[in-house]
Amino acid sequence: MKRFRLPAAVVVATALVLYASGLSGAAETVKIGIIWPLTGNAAAAGQASKAAAEVAADIINNAHPELGDLPLAKTAGLPNMGGAKLELVFDDHQGNPSLAQQLATRLITQDKVNVLMGAYQSSCSFTATAVAERYGVPFMVGESAAGNITGRGFKWVFRGTPIASDYARTYMRFFSEMKKQGKKIDSIAVVNENTDYGTSVADAIVDEAKKGSIPVAARIPYSASSTDVSAQVLQLKEKNPDVVIFISYTADSILYMKTMKNLDYKPPMVIGDDTGFSDPSFIPAVADVAQGAMNRSAWAIGKPGSTTYKINEMYKAKTGRDLDDTSARNMQSFFALADAINRAGSTDPEKIREALAQTDLKPEQLMMGYQGVKFDNTGQNILAATYLIQLQDKKYELVWPESAAITKLEWPMAGWKK
Amino acid sequence: MLLIQVIVGGLLLGAIYALFSSGLTLIWGMMNFINFAHGEFVMLGMYVSLLVVVWLGGGPAAFGFTAAFALFVLGVVVYLSLIRFVLRGPMLSQILSTFGLALLLRYTAFWIFSANFVSLPQTSLSGTINIAGVLMPVPQLVAGVIAVMLTFGLHLLLTKTTVGSQLLAVSEDRGAAMLMGIKPDRMQALAWGLSAGAAGIAGALMAIAYPWSPSVGETFGLTAFVVVALGGFGSVPGALFAGLIIGLIQGLSAFWFGPIYKDIVVYALFVALLWLRPQGLMGKA
Repeated sequence: MKRFRLPAAVVVATALVLYASGLSGAAETVKIGIIWPLTGNAAAAGQASKAAAEVAADIINNAHPELGDLPLAKTAGLPNMGGAKLELVFDDHQGNPSLAQQLATRLITQDKVNVLMGAYQSSCSFTATAVAERYGVPFMVGESAAGNITGRGFKWVFRGTPIASDYARTYMRFFSEMKKQGKKIDSIAVVNENTDYGTSVADAIVDEAKKGSIPVAARIPYSASSTDVSAQVLQLKEKNPDVVIFISYTADSILYMKTMKNLDYKPPMVIGDDTGFSDPSFIPAVADVAQGAMNRSAWAIGKPGSTTYKINEMYKAKTGRDLDDTSARNMQSFFALADAINRAGSTDPEKIREALAQTDLKPEQLMMGYQGVKFDNTGQNILAATYLIQLQDKKYELVWPESAAITKLEWPMAGWKK
Repeated sequence: MLLIQVIVGGLLLGAIYALFSSGLTLIWGMMNFINFAHGEFVMLGMYVSLLVVVWLGGGPAAFGFTAAFALFVLGVVVYLSLIRFVLRGPMLSQILSTFGLALLLRYTAFWIFSANFVSLPQTSLSGTINIAGVLMPVPQLVAGVIAVMLTFGLHLLLTKTTVGSQLLAVSEDRGAAMLMGIKPDRMQALAWGLSAGAAGIAGALMAIAYPWSPSVGETFGLTAFVVVALGGFGSVPGALFAGLIIGLIQGLSAFWFGPIYKDIVVYALFVALLWLRPQGLMGKA
């Protein structure tokens, strides 16, 4: 008999808690369940994003008229729901996809969250979104980039962040704008490390280049653990493209920059696709030979007084650090989700889903360098994009698009000739 | 012209491989002992160089000698505190002891230096020499020249000097050497010191050209074993030739077939050669 008493007590207690929370929360709060890796390998990214989500909730729940056109900043709470507040319920999936799946189920069935968000690692987003789809609860994928998260015919999954094809499209828009300005871009070369990351991004770039009829002079896959890249550099030297795009990890991107200097090869422009070019060891290692190399980031702190600058100040006050690209992309997705809940005017999941599907945020309503937030029928944000930044002296400066640029783009890159 | 550049690049890379491998083949030649921690010795040589440059300043000569000396001492210490004892054990424990040492050194380096990549600040050795349109980066050139010198030096030491004869005597017959008044422990400690010292110099020279993290020993380690096996276990000149050949094949195949095929070509040729000549190019049958 003793074995049955404890579960019974738990059931009663749970029922009481649910009853109580139901009573107090029905009108005033909207519960957002968020699963991120708060411990484990990616804990740093998860914790940084958690802080960003908390800042976003503060902006929405309290009146922040100083933040311009950012949706829901001016008012306290959600105006269409009588000033209802957002309540965040965080859970830690530790980077484990099956745990992410369990937590999504628990958040829906036990915590009764109204919407879900997550999950950093693409593998975890992949499993958790399937749960949300099954229960019919809207799921906002904050920043996971794997292509297969959307496109499974799901109705309840939305993704705010740019993915590989968006980055590829951004590069093409940049190229066509440069061409209009009279820069010569007759061909490009794509150099990629040959695992999933490099291959998928390079595929997307080659696809988009074909559509934009920019010839790809060379596509060079290589292993990121290479100890020597001079053959690749000589191949580039022979093909002589106008822009070289590197999809590389850390040691290899440093090795490329040094080898290019050693073999006296300097294309008019080098673009690094984040990753190795964003590693903290990249700039100290090659700043004096890779002047003018470009990189991407959708987040920019902006000029003092701007909305993004103020958001960064709030984040900095909380964490002591500047907001990073990953957390900022999550924060933007969070704002898009809150905006849809407000427009739905209800916690009814179907109404929230419809509102999400009708989302149409304009660039001036965003904190990120996207062209807007608008979801296609797979749930992917089709207006997601990124800024381009350029290594000038010892740091990256935002140089494109011009409307957001902090300093002028230097073309061709100076490399070491400075 | 491009082809000549590829060949020169391949040979310079090969010289680095040879430099990396000379210490490994020395230990095998002297003691019939495979040192799996050799790559980690090179890694430590790289960090010693970094510390010398950052803390004391100084050019390649300063950090090269410091790295060689520091690693020589480490080699002797490793022999006296570890290898001397496992030599009495079975073959398997000999293999596993240096494997364990490799992991210990690698993860200690992770702990102290973190997993971030580091590289030496630009040194006086950072230029490029242009000979009739063929470009030779100075760091690789210096590494290549020193690799050849070091190889000859080690070869002469082993074949022409008393110390060399004593080292060889111990490796051939420990008991008989003792009867001749040679102290085997002292000789073998010296062999470990020389081997690790060579690894230190290799690390210092590689640090000029490559960014690295504590796992660099792993990256180069496999190539080093292939170089030693191809050159013939225990043959110092063999390691030099094998290193140059592998560098050259890698360069040419990467240029002709694409970089992802270069290792396939190298290892296919390696397997074919071992099939024809199992003792390696210059090994004793």
